[in-house]
Amino acid sequence: MLKHFHYRSKPLILAIVLIIVGGAGIFFFSGSGINNFQTSNFTAIGLLISVLVMYASVPVLVTMFENETVLSVALLFPSMVAIAIFVYGFIGWSIRVSFSSWKGLIPNFTWVGFKQYYDLFHNDPRFMIDLRNTLVFTVGFIAGCLIIGLGLAILLDQKLKGEALFRGIFLLPMSISFIASGVVWSWLMNPATGDRITGINLIFKTLGLNGLISLWHTTPQPWGMAFTIIPAVWQISGYTMALYMGGIRSISDDLREAARVDGANEFEIYRYIILPMLQPITLSAVIILGHMSLKIFDLIVAISRGDIRLDVPGIYMWTTTFSGQNYAQGAAIGILMLVSVAILVIPYLVQNMRTETEL
Amino acid sequence: MTRKIISRTIYYLIAIIAAAFYLMPIYLMLLTGLKPFNEIDLKTMWALPTSLHFANFIAAYKQLAPNLGNSFIMVIPESILSALLGSLNGYLLAKWRFKHSNLIFTLILFGMFIPYQSILIPLVKFMEAIHLYGDLPGLVFVHIIYGIPITTLIFRNYYAGISTEILEAGRIDGGSLLGLYRYIIFPLSPPGFAVVIIWQFTQAWNEFLFAVILTNQSNWPVTVALNNLAGSQLVQWNVLMAACLLAALPTLLVYIFLGRYFLRGLMAGSLKG
Repeated sequence: MLKHFHYRSKPLILAIVLIIVGGAGIFFFSGSGINNFQTSNFTAIGLLISVLVMYASVPVLVTMFENETVLSVALLFPSMVAIAIFVYGFIGWSIRVSFSSWKGLIPNFTWVGFKQYYDLFHNDPRFMIDLRNTLVFTVGFIAGCLIIGLGLAILLDQKLKGEALFRGIFLLPMSISFIASGVVWSWLMNPATGDRITGINLIFKTLGLNGLISLWHTTPQPWGMAFTIIPAVWQISGYTMALYMGGIRSISDDLREAARVDGANEFEIYRYIILPMLQPITLSAVIILGHMSLKIFDLIVAISRGDIRLDVPGIYMWTTTFSGQNYAQGAAIGILMLVSVAILVIPYLVQNMRTETEL
Repeated sequence: MTRKIISRTIYYLIAIIAAAFYLMPIYLMLLTGLKPFNEIDLKTMWALPTSLHFANFIAAYKQLAPNLGNSFIMVIPESILSALLGSLNGYLLAKWRFKHSNLIFTLILFGMFIPYQSILIPLVKFMEAIHLYGDLPGLVFVHIIYGIPITTLIFRNYYAGISTEILEAGRIDGGSLLGLYRYIIFPLSPPGFAVVIIWQFTQAWNEFLFAVILTNQSNWPVTVALNNLAGSQLVQWNVLMAACLLAALPTLLVYIFLGRYFLRGLMAGSLKG
């Protein structure tokens, strides 16, 4: 490496300036320069920027070695450190909390092994509701998004006039927050009956479809949870449609034409050519949708408004930790959520990495 | 031929019914917001207003104005800084691969899938310890950190589409790693920046979990304030519908006018760039 070293004065001067400026910033913000570090949150930002300025001297000095690999690593380093701490370090810290009996405002790291996990699975009716609801929601959400997404993609493949407009409408909910759509949907799915009938029930009544009038998410469990799938599918099915449309587009017209020449009708073309070729997309979609539904949180917050019957692990973790101060239990729920997502996502990421490496 | 006409009619019918389903909540937010107070009745929820009034929107705006401001203050620096960081990371990981760089990229990517509940307790304690808890700079910081995976992914895929031959030509002319970025890659980056900034803008604007946990009431972004409004018994549902539309409007407008960039960000999330 040293044989590539070329001394140049410009990077050296720049590096010295960066070290001095960054060092002065660290001195100033760390409390040696000012006494009120405790008061403002801008001091922390100031400190962070100072450290980054000081660190910038490293890649500047590395440029003198004319070794691009080292420079590349030096430039990536801050992001790598951030992810190492905020993702992996914090996961480790959460795991440690989940093995403790920390309940209350004062941290308590007394080791209790798997007690929190054991209690969740053995003496916790609320967590049982969460597991059942997650199962109902995940199955229905994935099935709903796949079927409706594929249906819409095939529909828009029929060269309809206004195709772009329809596509835009189907994808529009993706841009709205789960909170806003959850609030609106909880009015659409208003369970009031009789004189106070409103929302979608009112449409059903007006159309004479009295059989469809429903209690929606207030239906006795577990079917009440199933109705929360409707807003979720409304919001995300456009995404699966877009995935499938991309897949259908990538199938060449020649292939379809060849099948037509061989006497296949349109239905057979979809059944025997297009659908089998869309299988990899279905797999990606199941993984993406599955990890979304295992993490589902804000949509249910907005719809359930604290109704324990519609509880999910994400909400339980939130309330037990920050309202109940039961940090150890909250950490255990968080880690269980992570494990469920990891089982789904890690094989996908590893597969993705392998194909990347081959390129 | 008649069979074709029938099938076409059915296709359009299905498309129109589906569109009505997707637009139903938008219709409710908009039309309810535009009704005068005396036409607000749950029984006529779906009726068109007889005349247009903005009283609901004005009432909703009075409730949400500070929070809309907070959201903008948070989202604008967040999306720009995220994009700059993602651009650098994406460039390095796409064009300056080193041993195990794919492993490092995959380890970074995992960060975008984790449920944030699994890091929430350490995050809150850490933010409290460094006095970044409660205010908007802390929220900006957290969104930038947890935005690293997706912004790096989008830029990496974007730069992978720029031919290596241009860079090789630049190298023969004496360009260094940073010189090539400055003179070749960065000038080609505006579409990538548009995708990432729009994506991060939408994500941070719509985000709820970090916002509700890391900010004090006076610094609440609009999602937290809207959720609080929805739980309040004092706010009428017509004002609430108008509030939902106000809270959704910035991202809706971005989607309507810059939809193709939004879509590219969306598709990047499925990894196959």
